[in-house]
Amino acid sequence: MEWRRLWTRLKKEPLALTSAVVIVLIVVAAVGAPLVAPFDPLGINLDALRLPPDGAHLLGTDSKGRDVLSRVIYGGRASLGIALVAAGVSVVIGLAFGTIAGYFGGKIDMAVVALVDLLLSFPSLLLAVGITVVLPAGAFSVVLALALVGWGGFARLVRGVVLSIREQAYVEAARSIGCSSARILIRHILPNCGALIVVVTSIRIGGFIMSEAALSFLGLGIQPPIPTWGSMISLNRAYILSAPWMVLFPGLALFVTVMAFNIFGDFLRDYLDPRMKG
Amino acid sequence: MTSYFLKRLLLFIPTLLGITFITFLLTQAVPGDPVLGMVGERADPAVVERLRAEIGADKPFLVRYGGYLSLLAKGEMGRSYYSHHPVASDIVEKFGNTLRLALTAIVFSIIIGVSLGIVTALKRGTWVDRAGSALAVAGISLPVFWLGLVLMLVLAGWLHLLPPSGMGHGEPIYLVLPALTLAIGSSSFIARVTRSSMLEVLGQPYMATAVAKGLGRGRVILHALRNALIPIVTLIGLDLGSYLNGSVLTETIFGWDGLGRYALEGITKRDYPVVMGTVLFGAAIFVTVNLIIDILNSVIDPRIRHSAKER
Repeated sequence: MEWRRLWTRLKKEPLALTSAVVIVLIVVAAVGAPLVAPFDPLGINLDALRLPPDGAHLLGTDSKGRDVLSRVIYGGRASLGIALVAAGVSVVIGLAFGTIAGYFGGKIDMAVVALVDLLLSFPSLLLAVGITVVLPAGAFSVVLALALVGWGGFARLVRGVVLSIREQAYVEAARSIGCSSARILIRHILPNCGALIVVVTSIRIGGFIMSEAALSFLGLGIQPPIPTWGSMISLNRAYILSAPWMVLFPGLALFVTVMAFNIFGDFLRDYLDPRMKG
Repeated sequence: MTSYFLKRLLLFIPTLLGITFITFLLTQAVPGDPVLGMVGERADPAVVERLRAEIGADKPFLVRYGGYLSLLAKGEMGRSYYSHHPVASDIVEKFGNTLRLALTAIVFSIIIGVSLGIVTALKRGTWVDRAGSALAVAGISLPVFWLGLVLMLVLAGWLHLLPPSGMGHGEPIYLVLPALTLAIGSSSFIARVTRSSMLEVLGQPYMATAVAKGLGRGRVILHALRNALIPIVTLIGLDLGSYLNGSVLTETIFGWDGLGRYALEGITKRDYPVVMGTVLFGAAIFVTVNLIIDILNSVIDPRIRHSAKER
Protein backbone atom coordinates (compact mmCIF):
# COMPACT_ATOMS: atom_id res chain seq x y z
CA MET A 1 0.00 0.00 0.00
CA GLU A 2 1.19 3.51 -0.69
CA TRP A 3 2.36 4.94 2.60
CA ARG A 4 2.50 8.53 1.44
CA ARG A 5 -1.14 8.58 0.32
CA LEU A 6 -2.22 6.92 3.54
CA TRP A 7 -0.36 9.58 5.50
CA THR A 8 -1.96 12.41 3.49
CA ARG A 9 -5.40 11.02 4.21
CA LEU A 10 -4.59 10.41 7.85
CA LYS A 11 -3.49 14.02 8.32
CA LYS A 12 -6.93 15.17 7.19
CA GLU A 13 -8.77 13.14 9.80
CA PRO A 14 -7.91 14.36 13.30
CA LEU A 15 -9.77 11.55 15.08
CA ALA A 16 -8.01 8.81 13.13
CA LEU A 17 -4.69 10.58 13.50
CA THR A 18 -5.15 10.85 17.27
CA SER A 19 -6.03 7.20 17.49
CA ALA A 20 -2.94 6.26 15.47
CA VAL A 21 -0.77 8.30 17.84
CA VAL A 22 -2.46 6.65 20.84
CA ILE A 23 -1.84 3.20 19.38
CA VAL A 24 1.83 3.99 18.78
CA LEU A 25 2.21 5.33 22.33
CA ILE A 26 0.54 2.29 23.87
CA VAL A 27 2.60 -0.14 21.80
CA VAL A 28 5.82 1.70 22.66
CA ALA A 29 4.91 1.67 26.37
CA ALA A 30 4.08 -2.03 26.20
CA VAL A 31 7.26 -3.01 24.37
CA GLY A 32 9.47 -0.75 26.45
CA ALA A 33 7.68 -1.51 29.74
CA PRO A 34 10.90 -2.16 31.73
CA LEU A 35 12.21 1.27 30.68
CA VAL A 36 8.94 3.18 30.98
CA ALA A 37 7.46 1.81 34.20
CA PRO A 38 8.58 3.81 37.26
CA PHE A 39 8.35 0.84 39.66
CA ASP A 40 8.56 -2.94 39.67
CA PRO A 41 5.00 -4.09 38.80
CA LEU A 42 5.36 -7.03 41.20
CA GLY A 43 7.13 -5.09 43.97
CA ILE A 44 5.05 -5.47 47.12
CA ASN A 45 5.29 -2.59 49.61
CA LEU A 46 3.29 -3.12 52.78
CA ASP A 47 3.90 0.47 53.89
CA ALA A 48 2.07 1.87 50.87
CA LEU A 49 -1.25 0.02 50.69
CA ARG A 50 -4.04 1.53 48.58
CA LEU A 51 -2.52 5.00 48.39
CA PRO A 52 -4.55 7.39 46.23
CA PRO A 53 -2.75 8.92 43.23
CA ASP A 54 -0.04 11.42 44.22
CA GLY A 55 3.37 12.66 43.03
CA ALA A 56 5.24 9.43 43.78
CA HIS A 57 2.60 7.01 42.55
CA LEU A 58 0.86 8.84 39.70
CA LEU A 59 -2.03 6.36 39.60
CA GLY A 60 -1.87 5.27 43.25
CA THR A 61 -1.04 1.87 44.69
CA ASP A 62 -3.03 -1.36 45.04
CA SER A 63 -3.91 -3.71 47.91
CA LYS A 64 -0.36 -5.00 48.09
CA GLY A 65 1.23 -1.58 47.75
CA ARG A 66 2.23 -2.15 44.12
CA ASP A 67 2.39 0.84 41.80
CA VAL A 68 -0.77 0.96 39.67
CA LEU A 69 0.84 2.89 36.79
CA SER A 70 3.61 0.29 36.44
CA ARG A 71 1.05 -2.50 36.57
CA VAL A 72 -1.09 -0.80 33.92
CA ILE A 73 1.97 -0.53 31.65
CA TYR A 74 2.97 -4.16 32.16
CA GLY A 75 -0.68 -5.17 31.92
CA GLY A 76 -0.80 -3.59 28.48
CA ARG A 77 2.17 -5.71 27.51
CA ALA A 78 0.35 -8.92 28.42
CA SER A 79 -3.05 -7.88 27.08
CA LEU A 80 -1.81 -6.48 23.77
CA GLY A 81 0.68 -9.28 23.24
CA ILE A 82 -1.92 -11.99 23.68
CA ALA A 83 -4.58 -10.20 21.65
CA LEU A 84 -2.20 -9.56 18.73
CA VAL A 85 -0.83 -13.10 18.65
CA ALA A 86 -4.36 -14.54 18.90
CA ALA A 87 -5.54 -12.27 16.08
CA GLY A 88 -2.57 -13.37 13.98
CA VAL A 89 -3.26 -17.06 14.57
CA SER A 90 -6.95 -16.50 13.77
CA VAL A 91 -6.05 -14.80 10.51
CA VAL A 92 -3.77 -17.67 9.51
CA ILE A 93 -6.37 -20.35 10.33
CA GLY A 94 -9.11 -18.28 8.70
CA LEU A 95 -7.01 -17.74 5.57
CA ALA A 96 -6.20 -21.43 5.28
CA PHE A 97 -9.80 -22.60 5.67
CA GLY A 98 -11.27 -19.70 3.71
CA THR A 99 -9.03 -20.02 0.66
CA ILE A 100 -9.31 -23.78 0.51
CA ALA A 101 -13.10 -23.68 0.84
CA GLY A 102 -13.50 -20.87 -1.66
CA TYR A 103 -11.04 -22.22 -4.20
CA PHE A 104 -11.94 -25.88 -4.26
CA GLY A 105 -15.67 -25.50 -3.61
CA GLY A 106 -17.94 -28.53 -3.57
CA LYS A 107 -17.91 -30.83 -0.57
CA ILE A 108 -14.86 -29.22 1.04
CA ASP A 109 -16.61 -25.87 0.86
CA MET A 110 -19.80 -27.26 2.37
CA ALA A 111 -17.88 -28.86 5.23
CA VAL A 112 -15.99 -25.67 6.05
CA VAL A 113 -19.14 -23.54 5.87
CA ALA A 114 -20.96 -25.94 8.18
CA LEU A 115 -18.06 -25.91 10.64
CA VAL A 116 -17.93 -22.10 10.66
CA ASP A 117 -21.70 -21.78 11.06
CA LEU A 118 -21.58 -24.18 13.97
CA LEU A 119 -18.72 -22.28 15.58
CA LEU A 120 -20.43 -18.91 15.20
CA SER A 121 -23.69 -20.23 16.65
CA PHE A 122 -22.14 -20.78 20.09
CA PRO A 123 -21.87 -17.78 22.44
CA SER A 124 -18.22 -16.85 21.88
CA LEU A 125 -17.28 -15.83 25.42
CA LEU A 126 -18.66 -19.05 26.92
CA LEU A 127 -16.93 -21.11 24.23
CA ALA A 128 -13.63 -19.40 25.04
CA VAL A 129 -14.28 -20.03 28.73
CA GLY A 130 -14.89 -23.70 27.97
CA ILE A 131 -11.59 -23.99 26.10
CA THR A 132 -9.52 -22.22 28.77
CA VAL A 133 -11.09 -24.36 31.50
CA VAL A 134 -9.97 -27.51 29.74
CA LEU A 135 -6.42 -26.33 29.06
CA PRO A 136 -3.82 -25.57 31.73
CA ALA A 137 -3.94 -21.88 32.70
CA GLY A 138 -1.49 -19.56 30.98
CA ALA A 139 -0.79 -17.39 27.97
CA PHE A 140 -0.80 -20.31 25.54
CA SER A 141 -4.30 -21.47 26.39
CA VAL A 142 -5.70 -17.93 26.21
CA VAL A 143 -4.19 -17.46 22.74
CA LEU A 144 -5.54 -20.83 21.66
CA ALA A 145 -9.04 -20.11 23.04
CA LEU A 146 -9.25 -16.67 21.40
CA ALA A 147 -7.90 -18.00 18.10
CA LEU A 148 -10.21 -21.03 18.01
CA VAL A 149 -13.21 -18.85 18.73
CA GLY A 150 -12.11 -16.03 16.41
CA TRP A 151 -11.03 -17.66 13.12
CA GLY A 152 -14.55 -18.39 11.86
CA GLY A 153 -15.36 -14.82 10.92
CA PHE A 154 -12.10 -14.46 8.98
CA ALA A 155 -12.65 -17.75 7.16
CA ARG A 156 -16.14 -16.71 6.09
CA LEU A 157 -14.91 -13.40 4.69
CA VAL A 158 -11.88 -14.85 2.92
CA ARG A 159 -14.03 -17.56 1.38
CA GLY A 160 -16.37 -14.93 -0.06
CA VAL A 161 -13.49 -13.00 -1.60
CA VAL A 162 -11.79 -16.11 -2.97
CA LEU A 163 -15.08 -17.19 -4.56
CA SER A 164 -15.11 -13.99 -6.59
CA ILE A 165 -11.37 -13.94 -7.36
CA ARG A 166 -11.49 -17.54 -8.56
CA GLU A 167 -13.59 -16.48 -11.53
CA GLN A 168 -11.24 -13.67 -12.61
CA ALA A 169 -9.55 -13.88 -15.99
CA TYR A 170 -6.02 -13.87 -14.54
CA VAL A 171 -6.74 -16.99 -12.50
CA GLU A 172 -8.10 -18.65 -15.61
CA ALA A 173 -4.94 -17.56 -17.45
CA ALA A 174 -2.68 -18.93 -14.73
CA ARG A 175 -4.53 -22.23 -14.80
CA SER A 176 -4.37 -22.46 -18.59
CA ILE A 177 -0.59 -22.14 -18.65
CA GLY A 178 -0.43 -25.04 -16.21
CA CYS A 179 0.07 -23.47 -12.79
CA SER A 180 -0.62 -25.84 -9.90
CA SER A 181 -3.46 -25.10 -7.49
CA ALA A 182 -0.94 -24.35 -4.74
CA ARG A 183 0.84 -21.80 -6.93
CA ILE A 184 -2.41 -20.15 -7.97
CA LEU A 185 -3.55 -19.93 -4.35
CA ILE A 186 -0.29 -18.54 -3.01
CA ARG A 187 0.86 -16.34 -5.88
CA HIS A 188 -2.40 -15.13 -7.37
CA ILE A 189 -5.23 -15.39 -4.89
CA LEU A 190 -3.69 -14.68 -1.48
CA PRO A 191 -2.06 -11.36 -2.49
CA ASN A 192 -5.45 -10.15 -3.66
CA CYS A 193 -6.97 -10.83 -0.25
CA GLY A 194 -4.36 -8.54 1.33
CA ALA A 195 -6.39 -5.34 1.65
CA LEU A 196 -9.38 -7.19 3.00
CA ILE A 197 -7.29 -8.98 5.62
CA VAL A 198 -5.66 -5.74 6.78
CA VAL A 199 -9.04 -4.04 7.10
CA VAL A 200 -10.82 -6.85 8.88
CA THR A 201 -7.93 -7.52 11.23
CA SER A 202 -7.62 -3.88 12.18
CA ILE A 203 -11.34 -3.65 12.86
CA ARG A 204 -11.35 -6.79 14.95
CA ILE A 205 -8.17 -6.23 17.01
CA GLY A 206 -10.25 -4.24 19.49
CA GLY A 207 -12.54 -7.22 19.89
CA PHE A 208 -9.60 -9.54 20.60
CA ILE A 209 -8.26 -7.14 23.23
CA MET A 210 -11.71 -6.99 24.80
CA SER A 211 -12.09 -10.80 24.82
CA GLU A 212 -8.68 -11.28 26.39
CA ALA A 213 -9.66 -8.79 29.09
CA ALA A 214 -12.97 -10.58 29.67
CA LEU A 215 -11.22 -13.93 30.12
CA SER A 216 -8.69 -12.35 32.49
CA PHE A 217 -11.56 -10.72 34.35
CA LEU A 218 -13.13 -14.14 34.86
CA GLY A 219 -9.80 -15.40 36.23
CA LEU A 220 -9.04 -17.55 33.18
CA GLY A 221 -6.26 -15.49 31.62
CA ILE A 222 -2.61 -15.11 32.56
CA GLN A 223 -2.46 -15.86 36.27
CA PRO A 224 -1.51 -13.43 39.04
CA PRO A 225 0.81 -11.91 40.12
CA ILE A 226 1.50 -11.01 36.46
CA PRO A 227 -0.84 -8.09 35.76
CA THR A 228 -3.33 -7.90 32.89
CA TRP A 229 -5.92 -5.16 32.54
CA GLY A 230 -8.78 -7.59 32.98
CA SER A 231 -7.39 -9.25 36.10
CA MET A 232 -6.50 -5.89 37.68
CA ILE A 233 -10.14 -4.85 37.35
CA SER A 234 -11.41 -8.17 38.62
CA LEU A 235 -9.09 -8.52 41.62
CA ASN A 236 -9.75 -4.98 42.85
CA ARG A 237 -13.43 -4.67 42.13
CA ALA A 238 -14.39 -5.15 45.78
CA TYR A 239 -12.68 -1.78 46.39
CA ILE A 240 -14.56 0.10 43.68
CA LEU A 241 -16.23 2.37 46.23
CA SER A 242 -13.31 2.82 48.66
CA ALA A 243 -10.23 2.83 46.36
CA PRO A 244 -11.61 3.32 42.84
CA TRP A 245 -8.27 4.20 41.20
CA MET A 246 -7.22 0.54 41.35
CA VAL A 247 -10.11 -0.31 38.99
CA LEU A 248 -10.55 2.95 37.07
CA PHE A 249 -7.07 3.19 35.52
CA PRO A 250 -6.61 -0.32 34.08
CA GLY A 251 -10.14 -0.06 32.69
CA LEU A 252 -9.43 3.35 31.22
CA ALA A 253 -6.31 1.97 29.52
CA LEU A 254 -8.38 -0.89 28.11
CA PHE A 255 -11.16 1.44 26.95
CA VAL A 256 -8.81 3.93 25.28
CA THR A 257 -6.83 1.17 23.55
CA VAL A 258 -9.92 -0.58 22.21
CA MET A 259 -11.42 2.71 21.07
CA ALA A 260 -8.18 3.74 19.31
CA PHE A 261 -8.06 0.44 17.44
CA ASN A 262 -11.76 0.70 16.54
CA ILE A 263 -11.44 4.25 15.18
CA PHE A 264 -8.25 3.47 13.28
CA GLY A 265 -9.80 0.28 11.90
CA ASP A 266 -12.79 2.22 10.62
CA PHE A 267 -10.44 4.73 9.01
CA LEU A 268 -8.40 2.02 7.30
CA ARG A 269 -11.58 0.40 6.03
CA ASP A 270 -12.83 3.64 4.51
CA TYR A 271 -9.40 4.27 3.02
CA LEU A 272 -8.72 0.85 1.54
CA ASP A 273 -12.19 -0.27 0.65
CA PRO A 274 -14.90 2.41 0.63
CA ARG A 275 -17.43 -0.18 -0.51
CA MET A 276 -17.30 -1.82 2.91
CA LYS A 277 -18.49 1.36 4.58
CA GLY A 278 -21.67 0.54 6.39
CA MET B 1 -46.85 -17.22 4.48
CA THR B 2 -48.24 -19.57 7.14
CA SER B 3 -46.63 -22.51 5.39
CA TYR B 4 -43.32 -20.64 5.35
CA PHE B 5 -43.42 -20.23 9.12
CA LEU B 6 -44.64 -23.79 9.57
CA LYS B 7 -41.59 -24.95 7.67
CA ARG B 8 -39.40 -22.85 9.92
CA LEU B 9 -41.09 -24.33 12.99
CA LEU B 10 -40.50 -27.86 11.72
CA LEU B 11 -36.79 -27.08 11.28
CA PHE B 12 -36.70 -26.10 14.95
CA ILE B 13 -36.50 -29.66 16.26
CA PRO B 14 -33.68 -31.02 14.06
CA THR B 15 -31.66 -27.86 14.74
CA LEU B 16 -31.95 -28.35 18.49
CA LEU B 17 -31.22 -32.07 18.16
CA GLY B 18 -28.06 -31.26 16.24
CA ILE B 19 -26.98 -28.80 18.91
CA THR B 20 -27.58 -31.28 21.75
CA PHE B 21 -25.58 -33.90 19.87
CA ILE B 22 -22.60 -31.64 19.26
CA THR B 23 -22.55 -30.25 22.79
CA PHE B 24 -22.81 -33.75 24.19
CA LEU B 25 -19.97 -34.87 21.96
CA LEU B 26 -17.84 -31.91 23.06
CA THR B 27 -18.41 -32.50 26.76
CA GLN B 28 -17.30 -36.11 26.25
CA ALA B 29 -14.34 -35.39 23.98
CA VAL B 30 -12.86 -32.86 26.37
CA PRO B 31 -9.85 -34.13 28.35
CA GLY B 32 -10.29 -34.32 32.11
CA ASP B 33 -12.79 -36.19 34.17
CA PRO B 34 -15.76 -34.50 35.84
CA VAL B 35 -15.75 -37.12 38.58
CA LEU B 36 -12.15 -36.34 39.52
CA GLY B 37 -13.14 -32.67 39.48
CA MET B 38 -15.90 -33.45 42.00
CA VAL B 39 -13.90 -35.49 44.48
CA GLY B 40 -10.28 -34.53 43.78
CA GLU B 41 -7.39 -36.44 42.23
CA ARG B 42 -6.57 -38.49 45.32
CA ALA B 43 -10.05 -39.83 46.07
CA ASP B 44 -10.73 -43.46 46.91
CA PRO B 45 -11.02 -45.40 43.58
CA ALA B 46 -14.17 -47.13 44.89
CA VAL B 47 -15.87 -43.77 45.43
CA VAL B 48 -14.78 -42.64 41.97
CA GLU B 49 -16.25 -45.78 40.41
CA ARG B 50 -19.52 -45.37 42.29
CA LEU B 51 -19.88 -41.73 41.24
CA ARG B 52 -18.96 -42.61 37.68
CA ALA B 53 -21.77 -45.17 37.60
CA GLU B 54 -24.12 -42.64 39.22
CA ILE B 55 -23.67 -40.08 36.44
CA GLY B 56 -23.49 -42.83 33.82
CA ALA B 57 -19.93 -42.05 32.75
CA ASP B 58 -19.14 -45.78 32.52
CA LYS B 59 -21.57 -46.45 29.66
CA PRO B 60 -20.80 -46.03 25.94
CA PHE B 61 -21.36 -42.65 24.33
CA LEU B 62 -24.47 -43.42 22.31
CA VAL B 63 -26.20 -45.05 25.27
CA ARG B 64 -25.58 -41.95 27.35
CA TYR B 65 -26.75 -39.68 24.54
CA GLY B 66 -29.90 -41.77 24.14
CA GLY B 67 -30.44 -41.55 27.88
CA TYR B 68 -30.15 -37.77 27.72
CA LEU B 69 -32.67 -37.56 24.88
CA SER B 70 -35.19 -39.67 26.76
CA LEU B 71 -34.74 -37.39 29.76
CA LEU B 72 -35.43 -34.39 27.51
CA ALA B 73 -38.56 -36.08 26.19
CA LYS B 74 -39.82 -36.20 29.77
CA GLY B 75 -39.12 -32.49 30.13
CA GLU B 76 -36.10 -33.04 32.36
CA MET B 77 -32.42 -32.17 31.97
CA GLY B 78 -30.83 -34.25 34.70
CA ARG B 79 -29.35 -33.00 37.94
CA SER B 80 -26.34 -30.84 38.68
CA TYR B 81 -23.33 -32.93 39.74
CA TYR B 82 -22.73 -30.54 42.64
CA SER B 83 -25.98 -29.15 44.01
CA HIS B 84 -28.07 -32.16 42.86
CA HIS B 85 -30.83 -29.71 41.93
CA PRO B 86 -32.78 -30.59 38.78
CA VAL B 87 -31.21 -28.51 35.99
CA ALA B 88 -34.55 -27.81 34.29
CA SER B 89 -36.08 -26.16 37.34
CA ASP B 90 -32.85 -24.24 38.07
CA ILE B 91 -32.94 -22.90 34.51
CA VAL B 92 -36.56 -21.82 34.86
CA GLU B 93 -35.74 -20.01 38.09
CA LYS B 94 -32.64 -18.22 36.75
CA PHE B 95 -34.40 -17.42 33.50
CA GLY B 96 -36.99 -15.42 35.43
CA ASN B 97 -34.22 -13.15 36.73
CA THR B 98 -32.49 -12.97 33.37
CA LEU B 99 -35.76 -12.17 31.61
CA ARG B 100 -36.48 -9.17 33.84
CA LEU B 101 -32.96 -7.84 33.28
CA ALA B 102 -33.04 -8.50 29.53
CA LEU B 103 -36.37 -6.78 28.94
CA THR B 104 -35.37 -3.71 30.95
CA ALA B 105 -32.01 -3.54 29.16
CA ILE B 106 -33.57 -3.82 25.73
CA VAL B 107 -36.08 -1.05 26.52
CA PHE B 108 -33.18 1.18 27.64
CA SER B 109 -31.12 0.42 24.56
CA ILE B 110 -34.03 1.04 22.20
CA ILE B 111 -34.79 4.38 23.82
CA ILE B 112 -31.15 5.52 23.84
CA GLY B 113 -30.09 3.93 20.54
CA VAL B 114 -33.05 4.75 18.30
CA SER B 115 -33.33 8.35 19.47
CA LEU B 116 -29.59 8.93 19.12
CA GLY B 117 -29.71 7.37 15.66
CA ILE B 118 -32.67 9.49 14.51
CA VAL B 119 -31.18 12.72 15.85
CA THR B 120 -27.76 12.11 14.25
CA ALA B 121 -29.38 11.19 10.93
CA LEU B 122 -31.56 14.31 10.87
CA LYS B 123 -28.63 16.55 11.86
CA ARG B 124 -26.24 14.87 9.44
CA GLY B 125 -22.89 16.62 9.08
CA THR B 126 -23.40 18.97 12.03
CA TRP B 127 -21.60 18.88 15.37
CA VAL B 128 -24.57 16.95 16.80
CA ASP B 129 -23.91 14.19 14.28
CA ARG B 130 -20.19 14.12 15.04
CA ALA B 131 -20.77 14.11 18.81
CA GLY B 132 -23.35 11.34 18.47
CA SER B 133 -21.07 9.24 16.30
CA ALA B 134 -18.19 9.73 18.75
CA LEU B 135 -20.49 8.61 21.58
CA ALA B 136 -21.42 5.53 19.60
CA VAL B 137 -17.77 4.57 18.98
CA ALA B 138 -17.04 5.12 22.67
CA GLY B 139 -20.03 2.97 23.63
CA ILE B 140 -18.87 0.14 21.40
CA SER B 141 -15.36 0.29 22.86
CA LEU B 142 -16.40 0.25 26.53
CA PRO B 143 -15.56 -2.99 28.32
CA VAL B 144 -18.88 -3.95 29.90
CA PHE B 145 -17.39 -5.19 33.17
CA TRP B 146 -15.53 -1.93 33.68
CA LEU B 147 -18.47 0.22 32.62
CA GLY B 148 -20.62 -1.57 35.21
CA LEU B 149 -18.14 -0.78 37.98
CA VAL B 150 -17.82 2.86 36.89
CA LEU B 151 -21.60 3.29 36.85
CA MET B 152 -21.71 1.63 40.26
CA LEU B 153 -19.11 4.08 41.57
CA VAL B 154 -20.83 7.17 40.15
CA LEU B 155 -24.53 6.40 40.55
CA ALA B 156 -24.38 4.37 43.76
CA GLY B 157 -21.12 5.42 45.46
CA TRP B 158 -21.02 9.14 44.76
CA LEU B 159 -24.60 10.17 44.00
CA HIS B 160 -26.36 7.54 46.18
CA LEU B 161 -29.14 7.28 43.59
CA LEU B 162 -29.22 3.49 43.25
CA PRO B 163 -28.27 0.39 45.21
CA PRO B 164 -24.76 -0.73 44.11
CA SER B 165 -25.49 -4.39 43.44
CA GLY B 166 -27.59 -7.42 44.29
CA MET B 167 -31.25 -8.04 43.53
CA GLY B 168 -32.92 -6.88 46.77
CA HIS B 169 -36.34 -8.46 47.09
CA GLY B 170 -37.04 -7.92 43.44
CA GLU B 171 -37.57 -4.14 43.63
CA PRO B 172 -37.28 -2.60 40.15
CA ILE B 173 -34.64 -0.11 41.35
CA TYR B 174 -32.09 -2.93 41.55
CA LEU B 175 -32.59 -3.49 37.83
CA VAL B 176 -31.48 -0.04 36.76
CA LEU B 177 -27.68 -0.33 37.10
CA PRO B 178 -27.20 -3.74 35.45
CA ALA B 179 -29.75 -2.93 32.74
CA LEU B 180 -28.07 0.38 31.95
CA THR B 181 -24.67 -1.33 31.84
CA LEU B 182 -25.95 -3.87 29.34
CA ALA B 183 -27.83 -1.27 27.32
CA ILE B 184 -24.99 1.15 26.61
CA GLY B 185 -23.01 -1.19 24.38
CA SER B 186 -25.92 -2.35 22.28
CA SER B 187 -27.53 1.10 22.10
CA SER B 188 -24.35 2.26 20.36
CA PHE B 189 -24.79 -0.40 17.68
CA ILE B 190 -28.50 0.41 17.42
CA ALA B 191 -27.68 4.11 17.05
CA ARG B 192 -25.22 3.38 14.21
CA VAL B 193 -27.64 1.15 12.35
CA THR B 194 -30.58 3.51 12.91
CA ARG B 195 -28.54 6.42 11.58
CA SER B 196 -27.38 4.70 8.40
CA SER B 197 -30.78 3.12 7.79
CA MET B 198 -32.57 6.46 8.30
CA LEU B 199 -30.11 8.21 5.98
CA GLU B 200 -30.81 5.67 3.28
CA VAL B 201 -34.56 6.12 3.60
CA LEU B 202 -34.38 9.91 3.85
CA GLY B 203 -32.69 9.96 0.45
CA GLN B 204 -35.58 8.12 -1.24
CA PRO B 205 -37.90 10.02 -3.61
CA TYR B 206 -41.00 9.10 -1.59
CA MET B 207 -39.59 11.02 1.36
CA ALA B 208 -39.30 14.11 -0.82
CA THR B 209 -42.93 13.50 -1.79
CA ALA B 210 -43.94 13.26 1.86
CA VAL B 211 -42.27 16.57 2.62
CA ALA B 212 -43.63 18.17 -0.57
CA LYS B 213 -47.21 17.26 0.19
CA GLY B 214 -46.86 19.11 3.48
CA LEU B 215 -46.66 16.41 6.14
CA GLY B 216 -45.59 17.72 9.54
CA ARG B 217 -42.08 17.08 10.79
CA GLY B 218 -43.15 14.40 13.27
CA ARG B 219 -45.16 12.56 10.61
CA VAL B 220 -42.22 12.68 8.21
CA ILE B 221 -39.90 11.17 10.81
CA LEU B 222 -42.40 8.40 11.58
CA HIS B 223 -42.81 7.80 7.86
CA ALA B 224 -39.03 7.41 7.47
CA LEU B 225 -38.67 5.35 10.64
CA ARG B 226 -41.15 2.72 9.56
CA ASN B 227 -39.22 2.19 6.35
CA ALA B 228 -35.90 2.20 8.16
CA LEU B 229 -37.11 -0.26 10.76
CA ILE B 230 -36.11 -3.64 9.33
CA PRO B 231 -32.37 -3.60 10.06
CA ILE B 232 -33.09 -1.99 13.43
CA VAL B 233 -35.61 -4.67 14.44
CA THR B 234 -33.20 -7.38 13.33
CA LEU B 235 -30.38 -5.94 15.41
CA ILE B 236 -32.61 -5.43 18.47
CA GLY B 237 -33.78 -9.01 18.15
CA LEU B 238 -30.22 -10.33 18.05
CA ASP B 239 -29.33 -8.27 21.13
CA LEU B 240 -32.42 -9.47 22.95
CA GLY B 241 -31.48 -13.04 22.06
CA SER B 242 -28.05 -12.65 23.60
CA TYR B 243 -29.44 -10.88 26.69
CA LEU B 244 -31.93 -13.70 27.23
CA ASN B 245 -29.04 -16.16 27.31
CA GLY B 246 -27.74 -14.31 30.30
CA SER B 247 -24.89 -11.85 30.36
CA VAL B 248 -21.99 -13.49 32.12
CA LEU B 249 -19.97 -10.38 32.88
CA THR B 250 -22.77 -8.04 33.92
CA GLU B 251 -24.39 -10.67 36.11
CA THR B 252 -21.03 -11.38 37.76
CA ILE B 253 -20.42 -7.73 38.62
CA PHE B 254 -23.85 -7.03 40.01
CA GLY B 255 -24.38 -10.35 41.75
CA TRP B 256 -27.40 -11.02 39.56
CA ASP B 257 -28.58 -14.61 39.89
CA GLY B 258 -29.25 -15.23 36.20
CA LEU B 259 -28.57 -17.72 33.44
CA GLY B 260 -25.19 -16.26 32.49
CA ARG B 261 -23.63 -16.90 35.89
CA TYR B 262 -25.30 -20.29 36.03
CA ALA B 263 -23.78 -21.28 32.68
CA LEU B 264 -20.37 -19.88 33.65
CA GLU B 265 -20.37 -21.82 36.90
CA GLY B 266 -21.41 -24.97 35.06
CA ILE B 267 -18.57 -24.61 32.56
CA THR B 268 -15.83 -23.80 35.07
CA LYS B 269 -16.86 -26.73 37.31
CA ARG B 270 -17.45 -29.09 34.37
CA ASP B 271 -20.95 -29.67 35.63
CA TYR B 272 -22.02 -31.21 32.31
CA PRO B 273 -25.78 -31.48 32.91
CA VAL B 274 -25.76 -27.73 33.60
CA VAL B 275 -23.62 -27.05 30.50
CA MET B 276 -25.91 -29.16 28.31
CA GLY B 277 -29.03 -27.57 29.74
CA THR B 278 -27.91 -23.97 29.35
CA VAL B 279 -26.51 -24.49 25.84
CA LEU B 280 -29.69 -26.19 24.70
CA PHE B 281 -31.90 -23.57 26.32
CA GLY B 282 -29.79 -20.78 24.79
CA ALA B 283 -30.03 -22.32 21.33
CA ALA B 284 -33.80 -22.68 21.67
CA ILE B 285 -34.02 -19.00 22.59
CA PHE B 286 -31.89 -17.94 19.64
CA VAL B 287 -33.96 -19.94 17.17
CA THR B 288 -37.21 -18.60 18.66
CA VAL B 289 -36.01 -15.01 18.62
CA ASN B 290 -34.92 -15.35 14.99
CA LEU B 291 -38.34 -16.65 14.09
CA ILE B 292 -40.02 -13.76 15.90
CA ILE B 293 -37.77 -11.27 14.09
CA ASP B 294 -38.80 -12.74 10.74
CA ILE B 295 -42.49 -12.56 11.66
CA LEU B 296 -42.12 -8.96 12.87
CA ASN B 297 -40.25 -7.95 9.72
CA SER B 298 -42.96 -9.41 7.52
CA VAL B 299 -45.53 -7.42 9.50
CA ILE B 300 -43.52 -4.23 9.05
CA ASP B 301 -42.81 -4.79 5.37
CA PRO B 302 -45.62 -6.49 3.45
CA ARG B 303 -43.25 -7.15 0.53
CA ILE B 304 -41.49 -9.84 2.58
CA ARG B 305 -44.86 -11.46 3.29
CA HIS B 306 -45.81 -11.57 -0.38
CA SER B 307 -42.50 -12.86 -1.65
CA ALA B 308 -42.69 -15.64 0.95
CA LYS B 309 -46.14 -16.56 -0.34
CA GLU B 310 -44.86 -16.99 -3.87
CA ARG B 311 -42.22 -19.45 -2.79
